[in-house]
Amino acid sequence: MSLLDRLKAGIQKTRAGLVSSIEDVISGRKEIDAELLDELEYSLITADIGVRTAADILESIRQRVDRHLVGDASEIRALIRQHLLDVLQASDQPPRRAAEPPTVIMVVGVNGAGKTTTVGKLAYRLRDQGHGVLLCAADTFRAAAIEQLEVWAERNSVDIIRQKSGADPSAVVFDSLQAARARRADYVLVDTAGRLHTKDNLMAELEKMRRTAARVVPDAPHEVLLVLDATTGQNGLEQARRFTESSGVTGIVLTKLDGTAKGGVVVAITRELGLPIRYIGVGEQIDDLLPFEPEKFIESLFEN
Amino acid sequence: MFENLSDKLQRVFKNLRGEGKLTSENMDVALREIRVALLEADVHFKVVKQFIESVRTQAMGEEVLTALSPTQQVVKIVKEELVKILGTSHVRLRTASEPPTVVMIVGLQGSGKTTSTGKLAKLLSKEGFRPLLVSVDVYRPAARKQLSVLAHSIGIPIYEGPAEDAAQPVALARGARREAHQAGRDLILVDTAGRLHIDEELMRELGELKTLLNPSEILFVADAMTGQDAVKSADEFHKQLGITGVILTKMDGDARGGAALSIRQVTGQPLKYVGVGEKVDALEAFHPERVASRILGMGDVLSFIEKVESAIDRQDAEKMQRKLIENDFTLEDFRDQLKQVRKLGSLESLLGMMPQVGILKDLKNVKTDEKELTRVVAIIDSMTASERDNHMIINGARRRRIAKGSGTTVQDVNQLLKQYTQARKMMKSFTGGLPGHLGKRLSKMKLPSLENLLRG
Repeated sequence: MSLLDRLKAGIQKTRAGLVSSIEDVISGRKEIDAELLDELEYSLITADIGVRTAADILESIRQRVDRHLVGDASEIRALIRQHLLDVLQASDQPPRRAAEPPTVIMVVGVNGAGKTTTVGKLAYRLRDQGHGVLLCAADTFRAAAIEQLEVWAERNSVDIIRQKSGADPSAVVFDSLQAARARRADYVLVDTAGRLHTKDNLMAELEKMRRTAARVVPDAPHEVLLVLDATTGQNGLEQARRFTESSGVTGIVLTKLDGTAKGGVVVAITRELGLPIRYIGVGEQIDDLLPFEPEKFIESLFEN
Repeated sequence: MFENLSDKLQRVFKNLRGEGKLTSENMDVALREIRVALLEADVHFKVVKQFIESVRTQAMGEEVLTALSPTQQVVKIVKEELVKILGTSHVRLRTASEPPTVVMIVGLQGSGKTTSTGKLAKLLSKEGFRPLLVSVDVYRPAARKQLSVLAHSIGIPIYEGPAEDAAQPVALARGARREAHQAGRDLILVDTAGRLHIDEELMRELGELKTLLNPSEILFVADAMTGQDAVKSADEFHKQLGITGVILTKMDGDARGGAALSIRQVTGQPLKYVGVGEKVDALEAFHPERVASRILGMGDVLSFIEKVESAIDRQDAEKMQRKLIENDFTLEDFRDQLKQVRKLGSLESLLGMMPQVGILKDLKNVKTDEKELTRVVAIIDSMTASERDNHMIINGARRRRIAKGSGTTVQDVNQLLKQYTQARKMMKSFTGGLPGHLGKRLSKMKLPSLENLLRG
């Protein structure tokens, strides 16, 4: 299967949701009236795009209708697509890589977002591209988190640096980065413990891990990926804001897009925080992590 | 974050005071604000729509009570309506007529099933059950190990099964039931693998487990942060399995938890437990009042009071009061007091629980300096026992040593000692002027309960 096909297959259900409801709304109607706009609002809000962002999009449409720039209901689809694309492209930027290896990628997020699984899949991607990868088991808190990452290390046949459960995660980061330098690994993937963004002490722990990383490898961590569950609602924005404040998030991984959730909150996140979406998770298999490409993503959303 | 619903309504009704009734015009504006508040709290679009309609019917034409402002009145109606939908408070666990009672824990990936299973086992064992745990999550790497670690940490037996069953959910479940019979356990908690509600194969597996185990409860674990999709997943699990209750997790964050309302509405099943922290005892019975306040962004005074009461030992508090009055308040007592305050969690999180109305509203802008507290505790920790007992002996050399030991400066130590002596002096002026016996009598007086203080 080509990449595009897999992308399409993975987000088929997402598409089915958002697109079909917009199509339903548009098909069979020529006039743009209040009822049509209400139904569009329904589609956008139930995609978790958020009541404010939805209102903005609809407002821009309403203005064009008022100025008679849009006469036909079918033009609305193109308008919404363009609007979403503008938002997503505005924050698109290339990932940061270390001038001299290792590139350190820290993976953060709330509990149950899919961090460990993402680290496992990302390791596979990087290995597949011929890079040397080392995993760092810095989730020393959750029961059996280290064992879970070890399974992924085995599946990918990559090295893993671990300590005892309950150890200081910064110490594990320190060890891992030293090991990565000694073994000349290209990438270090740091799996951190899930934490709610409201817990100041745990957020401070992330800051400490950052500082520790920078002491071993200058400029590390090069990327900090926030893993966000696609089922997350409006709280996702607050998560992104707080994690960015304390751990300098540089990009988003949107997981569990193979369900019926649409992950629309990322539109609000990229709009407000300018964070690019790096990858999407579309299944439980090791290769079910795909790079996020705004154009293709929206294209698949609106394709018939 | 979100503007509080009360604040918004306050603006809407600014000019309403004096008018006798809630009219359809002013209600329209108010209902729009309520709608936005609910949508921002992730209540599902359609549920919001129904809800707004029923509030409109309730509110229309109702006399504005003299005791309440229109804002308060509308908030009252909205809140009562929310509580009504969310259901009665704690619904007890259903048990089987013939033990063991079987409880299946189901839900999407990452909603918190395994953690909740461990917490529930702990809670129910306190209530007198003798639980046996079993994980039939043969898919996620180390999932069974996770439950096993949890089980050992709370001292509750777990059925691990023979190695050849390691990939067989149904065989594991059957084994657990046999084990429960043999070991005389009256409750089996079955932790299942996370799955998407559209994954037919895995949903079928849950059906098989249900047929085999005949559970008294099937609890659906839902993440409080879930957005609009909550209705779809909950509905699908309910249709295929017939869930009997809901555990709402991660309520210790700042998500408003509107998903609770959606799930309740779409399944009709009661919310039973709420996960409020990472520790194994952080699972509470569900209180509709609290979740309603939270969805409306109105703080959670009851949780605050409970937290204060659980963290502060009444006897300690009384002892402290006596010490204060007898002017026997040492640096060590000072430190203990600070530590008690810290046990409550961060000051900011406490302020977040307070309703943000009236005078309290300005509290949210108070910047609390957590580091200052840590510094003071460190300084006192670096003193010897005799220094803590009698601060008069702390001379220049001792101050230098204390500063070094606590990673602070001599100025910091000086400042602390100054604050401490001032506090002592102030207390003395309160009690010192009293004749001896009156001072003693004061020291025997009972402390007013914290609850009264906070409500007062």
